[in-house]
Amino acid sequence: MKTRFALLFTFVVLVLGFASPALAQETATTSAAVSVELVRWSIITAGFALAIAAAFGALSQARGLSAAVEGIARNPAAANDIRGNLILGLVLIESLVIYVLLVSLILFFVKPFSG
Amino acid sequence: MEKLEHPLWIVDAANRIFGPAVNALLGLIGMRAADPANPIPNYLVIAYLVVAGLIALAFVLRSRLSVENPGKLQIVFEDIVGGLSGMLSDIVGPKGPAYISLVGTIGAFILACNLIGMVPGFMSPTSSINVTLGCALTVWVYYHYHGMKEQGIGPYLKHFAAPPGAPLFIAPIMLPVEIISHFSRVLSLSLRLFGNVFGEELVILILFSIVPFFAPLPIMFLGMITMPLQAFIFVMLTMIYLGGAVAAEHGHEEAHGHGAAADAHGAVA
Repeated sequence: MKTRFALLFTFVVLVLGFASPALAQETATTSAAVSVELVRWSIITAGFALAIAAAFGALSQARGLSAAVEGIARNPAAANDIRGNLILGLVLIESLVIYVLLVSLILFFVKPFSG
Repeated sequence: MEKLEHPLWIVDAANRIFGPAVNALLGLIGMRAADPANPIPNYLVIAYLVVAGLIALAFVLRSRLSVENPGKLQIVFEDIVGGLSGMLSDIVGPKGPAYISLVGTIGAFILACNLIGMVPGFMSPTSSINVTLGCALTVWVYYHYHGMKEQGIGPYLKHFAAPPGAPLFIAPIMLPVEIISHFSRVLSLSLRLFGNVFGEELVILILFSIVPFFAPLPIMFLGMITMPLQAFIFVMLTMIYLGGAVAAEHGHEEAHGHGAAADAHGAVA
């Protein structure tokens, strides 16, 4: 049952994967309209990407933060070590969100798909 | 993104004074400025301003140094230097405080660059990718140079292929991973600082264009907290990379001695 479902899924994905270039070729005749459409969609995508990145970045930072605060509450003597590692971890998580922010900013302002 | 930048009077003044000379110099090496009327961009003018201010501060501080009767400024800076060398000896190891010159200079430069954006009439030079990439490349070259100097070129390069204690046959897997991770350090260092500072300025600008009064103030207050934090983070990552390069050789027997540095080295991609 499971394998049949997986096979069906793969088949659908393959069909869609072959179908999308065909669809794109149909609409590529009017390239100006396509690029306007693409810019619109890229801006919408950038907003959603930023929202998702901020949400999950905040979630993961909150997990790290709560664990660190619990650790400090149990063992206040280790506060300095924990704080250093906490800042490092928060920074490494945050930088991923910042990458998405930069990509979104490029999509917002540079508009690489405006052709 | 040029349309977002407003003209700054100090940049205009600098271009009026130094512009022709810069154009002539660029002409000598066979290049042309993109905009011959204003050959010096904003971030460069303010970065040089920050450098000049820091050098002036250092000279004023040096002329007032005294052992018997330290001034307030001297005490503040002694605390800063003491804290930095303490962090260096924690993270890098006993030889750490020798590297305080570059670490402290980069920290002071980035801190001043970040904070000068809060002053009306100025912008943060670090909100340009060129400045942050320059800082990141400096750090990158510096820690590789010191790693080679401490361990010798051969052992340092061998450390990329196989970490100490690991068999040599993992080299084909380790080498590409290590090389990519070391190049991505430049990218992550520069993009992190640039993204933070530029995002901050952009949020302030957008809020300012919606409500010109008081609305950007909370964000600017947030900026007063996050900008020094970003400078601190840059300095801390510099120290961790230095520690990874300098102390990697005796990481085998001393890994438990400075566990924080070893952990951090493992965690930082």
